Parts: sequence; C-alpha cells; structure tokens
Amino acid sequence: MSPEEVLSSTNIAYVVICAAMVMLMTPGLAFFYGGMVRVKSALNMLMMSFISLGIVSILWVLYGFSLTFSDTSSSPIIGNLDYLGLQDITVDQGEQIAFIVFQLMFAILTPALMSGALADRVKFGSWALFVVLWVTVVYFPVAHWVWSPTGWLFEQEVIDFAGGTAVHINAGAGGLAAALVIGKRIGFKKDPMRPHNLPMVLLGAGLLWFGWFGFNAGSALSPSGTAALMALNTQVATGAAIVGWLVYERIRHGAFTTLGAASGAIAGLVAITPSGAHVNPMGAILIGIVAGVACAWAVGLKYKLGYDDSLDVVGVHLVGGLVGTLLVGFLATGGLGGFEQFGKQALGAFSVLAYSFVVTYLIAQLIQRTIGFRATEDEETAGLDLAYHAETGYDFSQSGTAPVSVDSVPVSANAKKVDA
Amino acid sequence: MKLITAVIKPHRLDEVKAALQAFGVHGLTVTEASGYGRQRGHTEVYRGAEYTVDLVPKVRVEILVEDSDADQLVEVVVKAARTGKIGDGKVWSVPVDTAVRVRTGERGPDAL
Repeated sequence: MSPEEVLSSTNIAYVVICAAMVMLMTPGLAFFYGGMVRVKSALNMLMMSFISLGIVSILWVLYGFSLTFSDTSSSPIIGNLDYLGLQDITVDQGEQIAFIVFQLMFAILTPALMSGALADRVKFGSWALFVVLWVTVVYFPVAHWVWSPTGWLFEQEVIDFAGGTAVHINAGAGGLAAALVIGKRIGFKKDPMRPHNLPMVLLGAGLLWFGWFGFNAGSALSPSGTAALMALNTQVATGAAIVGWLVYERIRHGAFTTLGAASGAIAGLVAITPSGAHVNPMGAILIGIVAGVACAWAVGLKYKLGYDDSLDVVGVHLVGGLVGTLLVGFLATGGLGGFEQFGKQALGAFSVLAYSFVVTYLIAQLIQRTIGFRATEDEETAGLDLAYHAETGYDFSQSGTAPVSVDSVPVSANAKKVDA
Repeated sequence: MKLITAVIKPHRLDEVKAALQAFGVHGLTVTEASGYGRQRGHTEVYRGAEYTVDLVPKVRVEILVEDSDADQLVEVVVKAARTGKIGDGKVWSVPVDTAVRVRTGERGPDAL
C-alpha cells in the first residue's frame, strides 16, 4: 500500500466507526425522551425518534446529500442535484462514502431532537411527513450554509465544529416553532406529568454521551490531534455541566435529581459540540459549567412564558447550543478569540435560529391546516400508543396475560390447538 | 367471622406478618395500595417543576378471623404497624356472612 492509501484506509476506518457511534445516538435519544413521558405514550415517543432512521436514510440517498454537500455547487445557500440517488459513487471513493454515511447520521438525529417539544400530542403520520419536509427545507440548506466549503456561514468563518448551529440551535428553534403551532398538552401546568421511567432516561443519556464521541471527535474526519482534543473536551465539558446543573438544582429546588444529572450531561454535550476543537480543557470546563447552570435555569422558562416545550428542546438544545456557539467566540485559542469572532458567532447562531424558527413555523402550519398535526382529544387523553401503534409499552400484570380478546388469537394458532 | 383490613406503611409489612404468624394466623392477603390520610403526600421535583404527589404508597392486609379473635388481632396488627409518626395507617374490622374454602367446599369457621 502506498502512504496515501494507508492514510485513506485509516480515515475510512475512523469515520465509519464514528458513524456507527452517531447512529446509536438516535435510539439513545429515543430512550432519553421515552423515559420522560407518561406511560400511555411512551412507545410513541420512542417511535418519533426511530422513524427518522427510516425516513432520512432514504432521503439522504435520493437527494439529501446532494442538496447539502454537492461539490459542484458554488451556491452559498444550497447544493445542487448532481449527486441525485448517489448513482455515480464508486468503491474507489472510500473516504467520500464514509463521509456520506457519517453525515447521514447527523441528518437523522436533528429532526428526532425536535420530537421532545411535541411529546404526547401529535399524529404519527403527520410527524413522519413533518420529518420529510423539515429535513428538506430546513436541515439540508442550513447544514450546507455551515459545513459546505461554499456555504455562506462557512465563508464567514463561523466556528461550528460539530453542529452547535446546524444541529442544536436548528432543532431547538424548530422545536419551539412547532410547539407553538401544536399548542399545549391537555392538562399542561395542571396535571402532574411525571417521567414514567427515569432509569431509562439515564440509560439514554449514557448512550447519547457515548455516541457523542463519534459525533464530536468524528467531525475531525481523521484520527488526528484535533480529534483527540475534541474527545477530551467532550468528556470534560459534559462532566462539568452535570456538576453545574446539580449545584443549581440543589440550591434552587433542594435536591440533586437524576433527571437533572442526565439533562446536565446533554447540556454540556450540546455546548461543547460547536466549540470543543477550538478551546483548551480549562475552556471546556467553563463552557460546561455555564451550559449546565444556564440550561437548568432555562428549562423553567416554559412555565413562566406558557409554551409547552414538553421535554425542553429549547431549554437544553437551543440554550446549550447558544452557550457553546457564542462562548467559543471569546474562548477560541490560537489568537482567534475576541469581539470580532464573537460577532461572527452571533451572526451564525441567530441567522440559523431565525431561519429555522420561521420556516418550521410555516411547515407546521401547513400540516396542521391540511391533514392535521395535532392528535384528537380522545387519542391524547387515552394515550397515543394505542391510537397509532396498537401496542402498550409494558405488561406488568401478574397473571401473565393482558386482558386480550380471543378474537385476536391468530387463526393458525387456533387450528393447532384443535389438532392437539 | 370478621374481616380485618389494615392499610399500613409498606415497610411495616414484615413486622405485621411476623406478629400475625406468632399469633397463629394461617393466611392473609396483601395488596399494594395508594392513598392519603392526614399525612397527605410529598413533593417531587422534575427539571424544576414541583409536583405534589398526594397519593402515597401503602399496603393493604386482609385477614379473615373468628369473632372471638377479632379484637385481639386488631391490637396485634396495630402494635406491629406502629412507628408513631404521621401516616401509620388504619385498621378496621367488619362482619362477614360467608366464607368458603375453594378446594374442599368447607364453610364458615372451618374454611379459615
């Protein structure tokens, strides 16, 4: 093997493994969100994330990659259709293919993040359509702005190493817009809406944390020093954010909660995502602590302002994304940090925020006014699991049999019984 | 016959069971229950949202006994279940018309 080939195969191995780790984040997110909702809609919450793995994988091959990363496009706004269907990709382009599968996982995760803002109350089919429209009109262009060499934010030298703007601010602003269109859950601020399974939330946070090493360090696209620094800072900022959130909570509400620890971890991961390759580990600690405290404060806003961002996509992803994206403006190493860079960061953060909010609001309105986005009152009250999935999440009945009608026994099973 | 029902703190169940066994009670039924009395509930915090949980976990113990044992058994249960703090629960007894042992068909006190 020539030196170039060795380098190439090393990069391919690295990026493909990181892609697999990022893939794990979507089921991790499903657990993280799924444990936080009430038992009657737990499966629906899991499925809102999981369906993205299905839909976006197809769209990415059809036109998503092309619209986002086509290297024959010189547009600062969006790619072109030269890579439609990825038909001309050959096995000789290993690094390119590895990049395609790696970036696909980001496109899957980002719409799934928004599902937390819409917990327990949207029609599943309409959500699926929303994912299709949203990635097409919001995610693909915004990712092009930020990461494509011709994208306008890329050319402005906005620092977003692994997705603070394109993924987290984008999903946070979109989640808020969609939640405003859909409205509050029945009983919001009146009925207790306790998480039904906190161990599952912590499990999900752990899976997200693990996958996030692929997300952040993998964005270096080669096993380099940058990748190693990103991995270190990812760990450090996340740990610091847990501490920040828990200390705030203990002072403010009198307890160190499990949900707070899990949420703090995600807040730290979000904040270090744009910034981790451009700060030193002390900077990462600072970003983590600020993110932990800021997000712990921000999750209370929905009660004061009266919007039902059910699982705090705004409080964690939007606020955490802003903290990381803005702070790196000052904390960036190598002579970059300062007011000039801060201005660029603010431009990047708020242009993505505004675009995502406005366009997502329009998409959600479009769906609500045509096929309907919100579930009916009966479906919501009884739980979406039965309404859309014909299943229940748990059967703890001691007799070992849920009350199932005999009509539901498959005909073949009945026939066997007769034979015996 | 009488039916003694006790709604008690879950962590006192083992003491109550042991006391009933020592008295010579042959069988009992235990159900997980929830409710509140003067204790009311407790507060839980989820991401800063404080919820008052007014139904607290309890255990309901049911024992069928002969009339002559009833008063004494109520005392046994009360003594075993008591912690002296608010929320210890209630014990009561009611008359029972019929009891049948399913396996043999025995009726009345013979079924106990």
